[in-house]
Amino acid sequence: MDLSFATQQVIYGLTLGCLYGLLAIGYTMVYGVLRLINFAHGDLLMVSAYVAFFGIIIFSLPWPVAFLGAAIFTAVIGILIDRGAYKPIRKSPRISALITAIGVSFLLENLALVLIGGRPKSFPIPTLFNGSLSIGELKVPVLSLWILSLTLVLLVIVIGIVHKTRIGMAMRALSRDIETVSLMGIDENRVISFTFALGSILAAFGGVMWCMRYPAVEPFMGVIPGLKAFVAAVLGGIGNVTGAAIGGLILGLAEVLIVAIQPDWSGYRDAIAFCIMIVILLTRPRGIMGENLPD
Amino acid sequence: MLQIEDLHVSYGGIKALKGISIDVGPGDIVSLLGSNGAGKSTTVRAISGLVPIGSGMINFEGIKLKGMSAHKIQRLGLAHVPEGRKVFANLTVLENLLMGAYNLKDKSERTRLMNQFFEIFPALDNKREQLAGTLSGGEQQMLAIGRAMMSKPRLLMMDEPSLGLAPLVVSDVFNVIKKIRNEGVTILLIEQNANAALKISDYAFLLENGKILLEGPGLELLNDARVKAAYLGDTSDKAIFEN
Repeated sequence: MDLSFATQQVIYGLTLGCLYGLLAIGYTMVYGVLRLINFAHGDLLMVSAYVAFFGIIIFSLPWPVAFLGAAIFTAVIGILIDRGAYKPIRKSPRISALITAIGVSFLLENLALVLIGGRPKSFPIPTLFNGSLSIGELKVPVLSLWILSLTLVLLVIVIGIVHKTRIGMAMRALSRDIETVSLMGIDENRVISFTFALGSILAAFGGVMWCMRYPAVEPFMGVIPGLKAFVAAVLGGIGNVTGAAIGGLILGLAEVLIVAIQPDWSGYRDAIAFCIMIVILLTRPRGIMGENLPD
Repeated sequence: MLQIEDLHVSYGGIKALKGISIDVGPGDIVSLLGSNGAGKSTTVRAISGLVPIGSGMINFEGIKLKGMSAHKIQRLGLAHVPEGRKVFANLTVLENLLMGAYNLKDKSERTRLMNQFFEIFPALDNKREQLAGTLSGGEQQMLAIGRAMMSKPRLLMMDEPSLGLAPLVVSDVFNVIKKIRNEGVTILLIEQNANAALKISDYAFLLENGKILLEGPGLELLNDARVKAAYLGDTSDKAIFEN
């Protein structure tokens, strides 16, 4: 394997890793405040993809409007999922919430299947994201550059919000003690909604970027990325935003590089993530940057 | 200022409060005394909206609190220092105070309150950026009280502020309580340290098994034979407060 081939693969790996990372941040933030694995989170990728798709194809919106619309719509769906499905069982055992999350995931997938149909639709890629730059033998897809920079910008924004703003402070407090937060005169449900909205917006941007990288929109497109992002969140240390991004990058790189080195294994591509998950859970359950979990 | 009438609260099938009536007048220090499980914490948690009220009435400055959520009750000017301090361990000292002042929009007022806090607790001044979880128990208690005061409450409820603290720190806590009252804040205090609490209380209630057993002015209860027998038998910590 020569150097340019290796570099090429690393670029592909980082691109994929960023997409996992964007999704993993949402998982990790919701887990951080509610101790809930929101299994419906991966499906928000699909929601966002369809909204952007219909925005461009049916309503002929310019792509920035369609993408922004997708982000806002997905944020609203994220908030509605919390209010409708999780809030009523906030005080129930955690296993109830987990099962509800799986139910919500099935609901979204099958709702899309019934309303829109199962046939994959090809996503219209705006010209700005097309093509690639040639640097010597190296071909860098323009989309990769977009994905990498978008992920970096969003990551900085999220970390800024969590650590430098009032609502971010409330989010961090909430992750330890919901009751005492309410004693401060803070509406805990508003903070939780904000967390869902923020995570959903990242998933939405991940969704449209995913569609441009793998341009087929279908109801179950969020399942595998969602599961892998969950692995990335666990790998990075669930509850930690930076960890989720790092976990995503490691997972993306591992997947692409292992297949590049051993092309025979390409059929096992999806298994890699879950092998990593098993190893992490056996050796370091709190992940790379995770806190010591109370239980 | 705060009226409670015939308050009943149950958890599952267990009746924690079986009809208690309490009246807290403005500017007073009122204590709730009693052994573990008597219903003291349940009373303040019901006032704060943390546990649902079964029947009865809680009235704060003419507003009925029944059915209101905790954050709305706090915004009426009613702050609660929870049992076990409950500072936000993963937030800094400064951030803990800011959490208390979350709904105080006036920035200069926030700064003024914060400076006032650090004047009263200079030990915390050079620990502003330290995580609250790394503070000592006494410092955490002071921070919890300061955090509650940041919302400029008219009624401050404190649940066992002296619990688990060293005797010297306990007297500090009681001095702070007196200081807060002198600023015109009404105080509802829960204590197991009946001796110390009664000395600073204008009025006190003795709870047992979810009912009020005895009530009266603090000094009167302090000299009551029944109270002495049941709660003041242990005189070991008496010396600290005699000055």
